[in-house]
Amino acid sequence: MALPDGLVRSNTAGPPAGQRTTNLADILERVLDKGIVIAGDIRVNLLDIELLTIKIRLLIASVDKAREIGIDWWERDPSLSSGHRDLDRENLDREYLDRENKALRERIEALEAVATPIEPARAPSRAARSRSAENGQ
Amino acid sequence: MTGEVLCYVYAIVDASAPPLEAVPGVDGTDLHTVEVSELAAVVSLVDRGRFNAESLQAALADLGRLEQIARAHHRVIETIARQTPVAPLRMATILWDEPGVVALLEANRSSFTQVLERIRGREEWGVKAYAAPESEVAALNAVQAIHAGLTAKATDTRLHPPQSAQLSRLRQPMLLNAAYLLDAADGVTFTAAVAGQATAHPELRIELSGPWPPYSFAGDDEGATG
Repeated sequence: MALPDGLVRSNTAGPPAGQRTTNLADILERVLDKGIVIAGDIRVNLLDIELLTIKIRLLIASVDKAREIGIDWWERDPSLSSGHRDLDRENLDREYLDRENKALRERIEALEAVATPIEPARAPSRAARSRSAENGQ
Repeated sequence: MTGEVLCYVYAIVDASAPPLEAVPGVDGTDLHTVEVSELAAVVSLVDRGRFNAESLQAALADLGRLEQIARAHHRVIETIARQTPVAPLRMATILWDEPGVVALLEANRSSFTQVLERIRGREEWGVKAYAAPESEVAALNAVQAIHAGLTAKATDTRLHPPQSAQLSRLRQPMLLNAAYLLDAADGVTFTAAVAGQATAHPELRIELSGPWPPYSFAGDDEGATG
């Protein structure tokens, strides 16, 4: 199918030819951040299972590498970006992600609730706007 | 072998799934399954020297190695997804040995079964939207409407955090980075709907990716129906 100019087909499967071009960040946000999590710690002894589960986020908390590939979620949270670069950032990160997802969802729901096809849609909240603006920097 | 290898677990599938297509695992070895009643874990053996916590930590902090492992992991999941419903585990879920894998399946049987049911016959599609910074407010409204429209066509939705501008190499901020879970048969209409939105909104840059294995819908239950 011919795609209109504004639509970029960036991806993955489709019959095999395109696979290599799958965007690394798209893969990482899925394989590192999604999927079933078995346990949160390295070498946890859980129900007699000895597990090695890796604190991925901590790993890519080798921050410069992470930034190179655009994994910089924590940078949008002042409590994470002000120089605490080590150790248990992971929990904070997760909390932050959850918060951000929730905030986005609420924003969308709020807008959906007031949207009508005729009147101009309500502008997003100041907070949402300034946050988006920050993200754009 | 014990003592020299670890079990890297990729995903959970039905024990009744067809034999896996040959695809190398993250350490180059073949995949096999470990079954417990109706569930099977897809596993490959990895070298203990390279995949113990310490070496892995070093490897994953190296962008080249991280990419290699992530792509290998993804290739496995993608290959399985073409053959059978798959519930991916987070990358780098590693157990000491096969009895550990059995115990894992036993301990998580009902949650694994639930995830498989949730994603059975479904695929994930990704949609990102960007707009020029100066038109961001109007664009945000458009994007929210688009997201609502696409959500109505989907079984479930997840919002990923927007990716940075460095990554996209676009000056435009990313306003939407969403994943939609669709019945496999709905991919075509969904693609058309996204294309339609792109036509209707020339001020936005809209990117479609997929179909993906249902990564974004295998984890937490948040956003799931109910």
